[in-house]
Amino acid sequence: MKVIEIKNLHKIYDEKTVPVHAVDGIDLTFEQGEFAAIVGPSGSGKTTLLNMIGGLDKPTSGEIIIADTDIKTLSASKMIDFRMKNIGFVFQSYNLIPVLTAGENVEFIMHLQGKPKEERKARIKEMLEAVGLGDRINSRPNKLSGGQQQRVAVARALASKPKFILADEPTANLDSKSTETLLEIMEKLNREENITFIFSTHDARVMKKARRVITVEDGKVISDERK
Amino acid sequence: MINSISWKNIWRNKLRSLVIITAIAFGVMAGVFSAAMTNGMFDSRIASAIELESSNIQIHNSKYLENKESYYFIENADSILEVVKQNPNVKSASKRIKITAMANTSASGAGVMLYGIEPDIEKNVTKISEKIADSLGTYFKAKSKNQIVISSKLAEKLKVKLKSKIVLTVQSLDGTMVNSAFKVVGIFKTSNSAFDEMTVFVKYQDIANIINLDATKAHEIAILLKENQKSDEVATQLKSKFKSLNVMTWKEIQPEVGMVAEMLNFSLYIFMIIILFALGFGIVNTMLMVVLERVKEIGMLMAIGMNRMRVFKMIMLETVYLSLTGGVVGMILGAGIINFFGKTGIDLSIYAEGLNNIGYASIIYPSIGFDYYINTVIMVILTGIIASLYPARKALKLNPAEAVRTEI
Repeated sequence: MKVIEIKNLHKIYDEKTVPVHAVDGIDLTFEQGEFAAIVGPSGSGKTTLLNMIGGLDKPTSGEIIIADTDIKTLSASKMIDFRMKNIGFVFQSYNLIPVLTAGENVEFIMHLQGKPKEERKARIKEMLEAVGLGDRINSRPNKLSGGQQQRVAVARALASKPKFILADEPTANLDSKSTETLLEIMEKLNREENITFIFSTHDARVMKKARRVITVEDGKVISDERK
Repeated sequence: MINSISWKNIWRNKLRSLVIITAIAFGVMAGVFSAAMTNGMFDSRIASAIELESSNIQIHNSKYLENKESYYFIENADSILEVVKQNPNVKSASKRIKITAMANTSASGAGVMLYGIEPDIEKNVTKISEKIADSLGTYFKAKSKNQIVISSKLAEKLKVKLKSKIVLTVQSLDGTMVNSAFKVVGIFKTSNSAFDEMTVFVKYQDIANIINLDATKAHEIAILLKENQKSDEVATQLKSKFKSLNVMTWKEIQPEVGMVAEMLNFSLYIFMIIILFALGFGIVNTMLMVVLERVKEIGMLMAIGMNRMRVFKMIMLETVYLSLTGGVVGMILGAGIINFFGKTGIDLSIYAEGLNNIGYASIIYPSIGFDYYINTVIMVILTGIIASLYPARKALKLNPAEAVRTEI
């Protein structure tokens, strides 16, 4: 089942002065349950591509179809709502709300979705246990290691039951052991729960784990390998 | 949950928050205290105007106020007094003869307003009897005739003391000038030196005999109410009952005091508004720092699905909580100081002469109603909301894609 369909996607910055083709005619399709990495050197356009898939940036032209919706056509406020319901995010640095506990951070997205309290409470436990942090529900982010914080971010991304999870350089700030643990958890969730993960990364360890590696250079897909 | 985040966010940078909270607290404390000082000062002036000078309501012959001639009297004062006393809002009422007179002694002379009163009844209407120091006589003795109570200011002017004689010259009803000697039995002092200098009290019957006024008649009926706020209501009732007479409230009798009362509410809030306006800039500055420090976090929140309204709400609530914490602390401190000085008073004796000349007491007892605190809370909340607009706008203009990659 197609989760994301990208057709002839372009993103041009400074269109009227010095045009920069950050994304230049990309066509891609992601199926349910993929564990894919978008790789490429700095400035290749992988982050721009990821931002557009996540609805954080608007394409200049082309289509991004998620859940039968071309997200380019959504207004800013509808896009926020769409992201909340359909897309889970894990960012490079930990990006948790520092004044909330791990449990509350996971709960927050469900609160935004208007889920009832009982459902939220049950899912917090389930999600934190899934990332191996069931015992850290009441810990504030500053009491967790970098790897643990990223695992909470994964739990938060999963809590909203998104169609897929976008992870922008999720291991960039982690040591090897934490990276290994995080990747194992995400891979396990992918295999067991059929959750779609799309990474943007430089990290060879992520590329090694990914079952699909899409290489982007100068805004174009130059290779798309499936393992 | 956003409420909780906003509240917890305040304490992320404790020092910065405490600095602005302290500034707000001191500002609000100063505002509340200065309002209480002004209110205490004006309240005491209004209370003294009502309790010592005009009472709440006065009734006169409709021509009397145009030209204070002794023959413009109220015909059936006693029966009117009885009707007035039946009004449930009336605490007490008295009839008075009120005419201009010339007071002379061997050393000096002065024009005065002479009040002919029934001391036992008048005690319940005005508090002049309480303004006579123990060493300065009494508020009339029971049986002696031709007693007079004057102020220390007039005593000084006429160079008289207790038991001295003063000759009063008044116009009788037939127009002839008559003289009569009175013995000083009491010397009072109020906080209004202009009133003191002009006012003398004698017994109703003594002056009625001198000007040949029938004992059922009077120039003035003074009415003290149980509650000052009822003045207009009762005056309207009395006006409808005594259409041929002139019924006036204390605000009409002493328009300068009435104006003070009318403007009091407005003036009490001016200082607070100025303080909050100034503090507002400090709050804006603090919240701008907050937003700039949290660009990445706000970007992340917007990226994961926190809509603009919720981001706005979060920043606004944080600003309001910050302002309100300072405001409540300031009000508690202010209430403590007001309570302390409300009991001890603030002695401005060094300015007594100037204050007394304009009718104000030299000891101020700060006081302020509970509604002022409520309104201050509302103003602090409004300040917080207004101060949050610019920082919140800054937050809303963030592009989440750029914001999440910002390094601060």
